[in-house]
Amino acid sequence: MSSERMTHLRRLEAESIFIMREVAAEFANPVMLYSIGKDSAVMLHLAAKAFYPSLPPFPLMHIDTTWKFREMIAFRDAMAARLGFKLLVHTNQDGVAKGINPFDHGSSLYTHVMKTEALKEALTLHGFDAAFGGARRDEEKSRAKERVFSFRTANHGWDPKSQRPELWNLYNARIRPGESIRVFPLSNWTELDIWQYILAENIPIVPLYLAAERPVVERDGQLIMVDDERLPLAPGEVPLMKRVRFRTLGCYPLTAAIESDADTLEAIVGEMLLARTSERAGRLIDHDEAASMEKKKREGYF
Amino acid sequence: MTEAIAPVSAADYLARHEAKGLLRFLTCGSVDDGKSTLIGRLLYDTKLLFEDQLATLASDSRKHGTTGDELDFALLVDGLAAEREQGITIDVAYRFFATERRKFIVADTPGHEQYTRNMATGASNSDVAVILVDARKGILTQTRRHSFIVSLLGLKDVVLAVNKIDLMDYSQSVFDQIVADYRAFAAEFGFRTLVPIPISARHGDNVIARSVHTPWYEGPSLLDHLDTLDVESVAQTRPFRLPVQWVNRPNLNFRGFSGTVASGTVRVGEAVVVAGSGATSRVASIVTADGELPQAGAGQAVTLTLEDEIDASRGDVIAAANARPDVSDQFAAHLIWMHEDSLLPGRPYLMKIGTRTVVMSVTEIKHRVDVNSFQKLAAKTLALNDVAVVNIATHDPIALDPFAEIPQTGAFIVIDRMTNQTVGAGMVDFGLRRATNVHWQALDVSKASRSGLKQQKPAVLWFTGLSGAGKSTIANLVEKRLNALGRHTYLLDGDNVRHGLNKDLGFTDADRVENIRRVAEVARLMVDAGLIVLVSFISPFRAERQMARELLEAGEFIEIFVDTPLAVAEERDVKGLYKRARAGLIQNFTGIDSPYEPPLDPEITIESGALAAEAAAERIFAFLLQNGYLG
Repeated sequence: MSSERMTHLRRLEAESIFIMREVAAEFANPVMLYSIGKDSAVMLHLAAKAFYPSLPPFPLMHIDTTWKFREMIAFRDAMAARLGFKLLVHTNQDGVAKGINPFDHGSSLYTHVMKTEALKEALTLHGFDAAFGGARRDEEKSRAKERVFSFRTANHGWDPKSQRPELWNLYNARIRPGESIRVFPLSNWTELDIWQYILAENIPIVPLYLAAERPVVERDGQLIMVDDERLPLAPGEVPLMKRVRFRTLGCYPLTAAIESDADTLEAIVGEMLLARTSERAGRLIDHDEAASMEKKKREGYF
Repeated sequence: MTEAIAPVSAADYLARHEAKGLLRFLTCGSVDDGKSTLIGRLLYDTKLLFEDQLATLASDSRKHGTTGDELDFALLVDGLAAEREQGITIDVAYRFFATERRKFIVADTPGHEQYTRNMATGASNSDVAVILVDARKGILTQTRRHSFIVSLLGLKDVVLAVNKIDLMDYSQSVFDQIVADYRAFAAEFGFRTLVPIPISARHGDNVIARSVHTPWYEGPSLLDHLDTLDVESVAQTRPFRLPVQWVNRPNLNFRGFSGTVASGTVRVGEAVVVAGSGATSRVASIVTADGELPQAGAGQAVTLTLEDEIDASRGDVIAAANARPDVSDQFAAHLIWMHEDSLLPGRPYLMKIGTRTVVMSVTEIKHRVDVNSFQKLAAKTLALNDVAVVNIATHDPIALDPFAEIPQTGAFIVIDRMTNQTVGAGMVDFGLRRATNVHWQALDVSKASRSGLKQQKPAVLWFTGLSGAGKSTIANLVEKRLNALGRHTYLLDGDNVRHGLNKDLGFTDADRVENIRRVAEVARLMVDAGLIVLVSFISPFRAERQMARELLEAGEFIEIFVDTPLAVAEERDVKGLYKRARAGLIQNFTGIDSPYEPPLDPEITIESGALAAEAAAERIFAFLLQNGYLG
């Protein structure tokens, strides 16, 4: 079934485009979840390619926890405007009213309310029957078994046992009213593939991925950037200016930076080749408990 | 913390890495043959593991591991909590690693028999199969089963990895015997390459590099072999096919057909045909976001524009005009059943082939294949993991190719219409006839003219419910009422039809489906004759009632659910059947040991427990009157 003559990047690109076109053709009301990170950047770029010369027949949606890096929000609005995509932004207002934050409520509850619940709320509100996400199978163990079309119940739940077998490129898009599918067009990409593609296609990314002097504090061996005045400092704790960058982007209090001098894409890839820590190690939410990602997914996390 | 690396060397690396090819392979074999361990070993030895992953692995190995103080590589890939606890692999995991030459995607598939469907799933997306055998155990049932499925899914290149050779003192004679045993049964599978390699996944012998422990082995290490294996790219050499995914219409001046080239190549100016309609044109342009292309080959995602304004939409196949696919509504196929609910011949399912989804049913199970002995066995239904050769009829003609010639347009999945589950996977063997040669005979006197004479709108009143619910009693009253008014009716009663037309059928699920199919077809003919047909059948399954509904035109099928609770029907027990069923004298009795699926949205529901038969009949009559069935 393969075409050895296409390089692996072109094969991955063609596969992702195929998946996006299937979803556009088979679902009544799809949406692309835009997290502003590098994977989302690639997904957006592929969506623009997939439907060219048309614009993608679905909007972008960002779940704003209100704790994203400020640079991410600026980048988000610029990208949507530049590509001409429709952008929806959703925040769990109930969570905001209750003042849910990662410090007082812990990363687990905070993530549940401001990400998982917010996402479910937004999907229900707009009646989306398919939602693209940029997750990759190489990120984490339970992701390795994720389908490209991941079936969710009317309550947005994920049951690993009821997932459908996926044969060839014949994706089963049949759902009942209320049910939905999460679609992962980047399933077979690795972190290196993502960077390589960004470089080859000259895709814009949030500058936070590149090394620069930034104010950080060190907590439990992780470097947390002081992105605004809301980050509570311990008595005597003083932010230090360090040359850092991020391998993954999320909510700033939950995303650890790494010290780095890599301020070009080439340098990032060079650094990666020597890297000895995996990408998700910088995500504090995965460390909460064993099998934590699987548990979050059962509850409806992306 | 991090070493600086000169940008120039990263750029070099990127340039080399960008030109890499991609190879997808699966690992399969019996449970405990060491598949997960092998993949963990490949990741470890190709330096794809990070420090934090290794730390997690070390702590997991102490907690759940089965290898003492050593790292248990299987824990790296067994991702779901249930698997880690049970120490088995229950789903397909995809893993990634790369060498200087290739990027690899590995499908790690389960060994347990009940997960054979997952193994088939992994195989459907792979170029090469690595079949593991435990050197201590030799060829097992699962080895044969998996090899058979691998061949069924069209894989041509196989590696026979004889694992745990360390536990047999790296014995050449053990290895040779297993290879001989394997070749003996695999000869008929027509693998293009079969490369046996003695390995120890746990210790790494012959995985990345040749092992000093097996001086008698002269072949390549597993990774060397996968790195250099020339995977035959058949798809490029076949005739051009492009299943249309999406019609691209940004404005009135552009109309393109977006899709991925399934096979062959296409050039601007070449003659193409829309397989279903037979309309022909030439390719005007091959559009991509990176500019127009002079030609496109298998695997490329493109948008075609054509010189003529011909009609094509999602599900159509654009093909080379001089090498067209078969267009047929009947074909023979190999089918792998993947669900706990058995396949029932005659039951309508959906199938997705290419980008087309149609209603189909299996008209005949020619034989089932015993995947252990490869013998052909008779079968009336197919259970989970069964493999069979079947004939299939589709509702509409579809474009198809034999799977052996063009897998992309010869592969299909089967979807249950009620649950939407993917329940089967199929491979087209050949079209049975050209559907275009068999036409429905057009007749001059129509249904409308026949029913017009009778001053009625023909319809089927489909009574469904448990035995003893009161279906026949009510149907009888309704027919008497209509007859007294001079309407032309006929009552098809379950018991009566089973004495004649359906006397060859029993009460298994498969026979119940055929029973209803025949009655539905007879009812359709009677509706065509202009009659109001009353059908009084238990008809326990939603799928078959749906099939009957779809045989008729909108408004012609009136589903009447005679909703009598089991306790009430059993209490009545007019024919003494419940008593006998409870005593075990009748098998497969609806409501006792065979399920009844109540209608979800019937036109009429009769709570016959509460309503007298006469009142029920009156309600149905009123429905007919109000909705214009009686002229």
